[in-house]
Amino acid sequence: MNSAFNPAYNPASGPAFKIEGLNAFYGPKQALKNVGIGIPQKSVTALIGPSGCGKSTFIRCLNRMNDLIPVFRLEGKILFDDTDIYSKEVDVIDIRRRIGMVFQKPNPFPKSIYENIAYGLRIQGINKRDVLDGTVEESLRKAALWDEVSDRLKEPALSLSGGQQQRLCIARAIAVEPEVMLFDEPCSALDPTATAKIEDLILELKKDYTVVIVTHNMQQAARVSTQTGFFLLGELIEFNGTDRIFTNPANKVTEEYITGRFG
Amino acid sequence: MAIFDEELAHLKEKILKMGLLVEGSIRDSIKSLVERDGELAREVIMRDHQINALDVEIDEEGIRLIALRQPKASDLRFIVTALKITSDLERMGDLAEDICERAIELNEEPQLKPYIDIPRMAEIAQGMLVDVLDAFIKKDTTAAYDIIKRDDEVDGLTVQIFNELLFFMIQDPRTVSRAIKITYIAKYLERIADHATNIAEMVLYMIEGKIIRHMTREDIERLEGN
Ligand SMILES: Nc1ncnc2c1ncn2[C@@H]1O[C@H](COP(=O)(O)OP(=O)(O)OP(=O)(O)O)[C@@H](O)[C@H]1O
Ligand SMILES: [Mg+2]
Repeated sequence: MNSAFNPAYNPASGPAFKIEGLNAFYGPKQALKNVGIGIPQKSVTALIGPSGCGKSTFIRCLNRMNDLIPVFRLEGKILFDDTDIYSKEVDVIDIRRRIGMVFQKPNPFPKSIYENIAYGLRIQGINKRDVLDGTVEESLRKAALWDEVSDRLKEPALSLSGGQQQRLCIARAIAVEPEVMLFDEPCSALDPTATAKIEDLILELKKDYTVVIVTHNMQQAARVSTQTGFFLLGELIEFNGTDRIFTNPANKVTEEYITGRFG
Repeated sequence: MAIFDEELAHLKEKILKMGLLVEGSIRDSIKSLVERDGELAREVIMRDHQINALDVEIDEEGIRLIALRQPKASDLRFIVTALKITSDLERMGDLAEDICERAIELNEEPQLKPYIDIPRMAEIAQGMLVDVLDAFIKKDTTAAYDIIKRDDEVDGLTVQIFNELLFFMIQDPRTVSRAIKITYIAKYLERIADHATNIAEMVLYMIEGKIIRHMTREDIERLEGN
């Protein structure tokens, strides 16, 4: 029995996102073509594909980050928790809180390490010192950064190394307790040790969160994800179990891409 | 990626070379028995080290490629298959050596009976090996399935030879030592055919990504039908 959203693949958990007939455009240029997919909840989904195939566009659709681009236009449906996130009644700020995102380049605020994490909570009206302290520590621990910064929380976030900044951004994203975490090439600027820490964190996160990660590192996709989607020229070519994708993909083009014989 | 393709082709060549050496050893081992040629038998035993050396080389090469290239999909299945095939080939080489040892012993006594079924069995087993190497090179699933089926024929002949030799032993206890040695040889050939079958199963895994080891014959036939 296959899911109606992932006809070739039967995920272990029900979908957090149901996406139907998704087309995305930047002005006249179409970046996504009729993408239909169910993204399983409490599971890690990896998205792979050559540069410019629409991975970032797709992942940004999931929390309406593309709304910020004036020429951007979208057709089709994205249901999150059975609500169409593009319908008029939906509060974008709330969607972005529930669906957190970490980008390729770490982008901490030019404030202290502590404030970077406390900020999101203050916006939600949480101001009690002990609650803030507790959440800051817990988030930093989850992001595997606490031991490195616990004695310098008042220092500027920008004084941290790139890898530390990235983990700070992850801590900031999880502090507001989202339901979904989106990662767009989170490790591309990190060394192997920091990368391993973030991969451990992603595996830890999937117990409670739905995780979607875009990566150019195939081994990373293989290590952290349960299912993998392969995009090419704006189309979703194959969505399948990660084991299957890396041992015996169903589509010949997927095979060519992951074995490095593409194009 | 062209270099990687060359490396894979090189690995394939080495397996073929190893397979042909093993095939030669099996052929000569039976020849040494039938023609009572102890010299040839000793020669086969002497050259087994070549097979062993290739076994090690292929393993090292495959492990190196896994570590350096992190192969995926069909590349991964090919390398894993290569590593497994060599251990079957290496065992087949050892069995050819065992046949030679028994042949040397048998050649020191008068011949018990003309060898008819043993060469027939050897021919089937050798054919299975040659064809499975071919199926591996050509990625031919039909040939691989066919090899698995031929194993039954070899099993049938083993039982037949055993019954015939049992008759000799009951008739005349002086034949027991020789008859047991010939039974051993039949058993070695049966094992050789089993290894060829293992290789055919690995070749199917390599081509189709399905693990059919330990499946029943009916299940395999159902798969083949698909
Ligand atoms: N803000 C934008 N304005 C116009 N076109 C854009 C914009 N962002 C992306 N595109 C175009 O949309 C297509 C998909 O881009 P996208 O960034 O989604 O690809 P990607 O798969 O994430 O690539 P990469 O692996 O290089 O990050 C590309 O052709 C790109 O040029
Ligand atoms: Mg991108």
